[in-house]
Amino acid sequence: MTVLSIFFALLFYAATAIFVIGLARKIMQYARTPAPLKIPTTPAPVTQTGVVLRMAREVVLFASLFKSNKWTWLFGWMFHLALLLAFFRHLRYTIHPDGVFGFMWPLINNPIVLAFGQYAAFAMLLGLIGLFGRRIFVDRVRYISAPSDYLMLILLFAIAGTGTLMSFVEHTDIVQLKAFVLGLITFNWQNMPADALVILHLGLVAFLMIIFPISKLLHAPGLFFSPTRNQVDNPREKRHISAWGQAIDDAEANKA
Amino acid sequence: MADFEVPELEEIPVVPHIKEGAMSHSSPFISKEQFQEPLGFPGELVPNWEEKVYEKMDDLRKRYRSFQVYLDSCVKCGACTDKCHYYLGTSDPKNMPVARQDLLRKVYRRKFTFAGKYFPKLVGAVDMDKDILDEWYSYFHQCSQCRRCSVYCPYGIDTAEISMAAREIMDSVGVGQKYCNEIIGKVFKIGNNLGLPQPALVDTLEGLEEEVEEDTEVAVKFPLDVKGADILLVTPSADFFAEPHVDGLIGYAKVFHETGASWTMSSIASEAGNFGMFIGSYENMRKIARRVRTAALELGVKRIVFGECGHAWRVAYSFLNTLAGPWDFLDPRYPVPQHICEYTYDAIQAGQLTFDKSENDWRTMTFHDSCNVARASRMGPKPGGQFDIPRAVIKAVCNNYVDMPAETIKEGTFCCGGGGGLLTDDLMEIRVKGAKPRAEALKQVTENNGVTHMAAICAICKSQFTKVLPYYGFTMDQIVSVHQLVSDAIVLTKKDSDQAKSESDSDE
Ligand code: SF4
Ligand code: SF4
Repeated sequence: MTVLSIFFALLFYAATAIFVIGLARKIMQYARTPAPLKIPTTPAPVTQTGVVLRMAREVVLFASLFKSNKWTWLFGWMFHLALLLAFFRHLRYTIHPDGVFGFMWPLINNPIVLAFGQYAAFAMLLGLIGLFGRRIFVDRVRYISAPSDYLMLILLFAIAGTGTLMSFVEHTDIVQLKAFVLGLITFNWQNMPADALVILHLGLVAFLMIIFPISKLLHAPGLFFSPTRNQVDNPREKRHISAWGQAIDDAEANKA
Repeated sequence: MADFEVPELEEIPVVPHIKEGAMSHSSPFISKEQFQEPLGFPGELVPNWEEKVYEKMDDLRKRYRSFQVYLDSCVKCGACTDKCHYYLGTSDPKNMPVARQDLLRKVYRRKFTFAGKYFPKLVGAVDMDKDILDEWYSYFHQCSQCRRCSVYCPYGIDTAEISMAAREIMDSVGVGQKYCNEIIGKVFKIGNNLGLPQPALVDTLEGLEEEVEEDTEVAVKFPLDVKGADILLVTPSADFFAEPHVDGLIGYAKVFHETGASWTMSSIASEAGNFGMFIGSYENMRKIARRVRTAALELGVKRIVFGECGHAWRVAYSFLNTLAGPWDFLDPRYPVPQHICEYTYDAIQAGQLTFDKSENDWRTMTFHDSCNVARASRMGPKPGGQFDIPRAVIKAVCNNYVDMPAETIKEGTFCCGGGGGLLTDDLMEIRVKGAKPRAEALKQVTENNGVTHMAAICAICKSQFTKVLPYYGFTMDQIVSVHQLVSDAIVLTKKDSDQAKSESDSDE
């Protein structure tokens, strides 16, 4: 084992742990915090099924953003969709068709991912450039941007950029990379290829995983817990009360 | 007319470029000790207040999921930046919803997030200090809690939630807004925002009865505190005398008269508005809401109907069951509470009302969707009923109706500029400027479609528009109540009031 490979193996275990534990803690925090009042942004669905549909429209189509700003929607949606495709394509490095996760092979081995997976990188880069451009050129968006907002786009751009270069220009040793990744999963460590691009790409991805639970990337779980989007509009039909709201009622009833 | 520059209305509204500090001088009067104490808040800035701010922030993020999730989730995409009427009217970047949230978020980040603790510059995190407190006080009183931003945010981030939390934090360290807190005190002491005691109410209502009888030769009743009535009407106190509100009250009374309803108002709950929401205080909002419960129990009514009011209808529709329920002692056949527009609409559907629509032919109407009715409540069984039902009522009594441009109505409606506790003279500049987008939309239909009047179903909208639209060249009487239109067109077919009959029956 090279020192580099050991370093990256440890880095990925750490990053995964931080990502999973950090995110789980955040999700737990959101789930445990009460929503004392009914505040769906209306018109809102009057049934739970309706809420699932509303949420699906938000998650899949970015419906509210579409209403709001077509350019931001276009760049943002393009980036996220491409990210999803690229993610599926990357599964090929972590899954063996005959392994435990072999059942996921169709996710990778399907015409859409096969045909577009590789080119999704360009859509990603384009989307990121668009979003970066808005941050710089629209005075309102420039005003609300902190250094971290630019850096986040640059980080994503660098990850997508190094990936694209490896895909189209400077190929790395894919077979060895896959052996390295599968080795991480099965605790049977293997060496990784020592190309600059692959080192940069993997390092930045690990960094992204580490900052996920402490940055605005929390918008991903946040959306699912947003009361204005996930509540059913039925306050008259069904009494909604939080534990602490009930405690106030009880305290008063006891006094009387 | 004004000691500030009134914005010019644009033919085709454009999103302005930012002008930093354009409204930094705007701050409402601070509440004095005597208005703070009845609400359970300290009378002046407490010692060690920075620590207390953090403590309250921590308390709120543990009690409100919205607050915690919204502080974390914003990605600064900018989609909300051109959605707030106060930004569109003032160009002040701190009136962009995300920038307004950031005033609080930057302090939250510094104290409660890893990045803010160790890399404050990177994420724009800062410690609480007096300048920030002043800035909060200024800009969280330039938000009418209208929720327009929440419609357009990809995560549904509702700046109203942040504004309410900020105001509650400020109240908790002794920095309150005089207008809201003084009014809440009046509700606790007297029963309504305007401080009208029971005898004054009796007087006013008797006066209205005489006026309507003179006008129509029909004895339409305006009952107060009648025990055993079926319906309790809770309406904003402005309905008792302000124009055009009172014409709406006359409309409700005529509808009740025609449907033969037994109804009453209450001197305990002589106010539909609930300013507890504006200051983000669950406890105060709850206390105000429970007056309605007390009144309903004491009078022994079977149903509760709310008059025309916007933020009031939000609290009534969305929160009343939570704060003052359960309502199991009322007639289960009706939702609790109902909106007067739902009541009138049902009566129209049931064929109980007769109208002479030509009485309104001299008007061409449009309708202003009040922000909190549109985006925080519903009417009727279907989503969007809050848009359809008031329009259906207007169209049942008027022949000429035109909607304003699509992006300025329904869920995209612009706030009147005076909601959320801003309806006070010390905030006149922000009120006038905040009304600009609505004024522009109204001007369009005035010029293109000959609209003469705009109807509203909110006491704040009505007061605000009568005051600020004249700055833009409209006249104050162009704002009308929806039930004023009903009142003008309704044909009173019953000479005697069923109410009067049942009252004299029970006297015997
Ligand atoms: S639209 Fe939502 S996520 Fe985007 S900047 Fe505004 S508040 Fe933040
Ligand atoms: S709630 Fe309304 S007033 Fe407040 S920031 Fe959002 S759009 Fe502006």
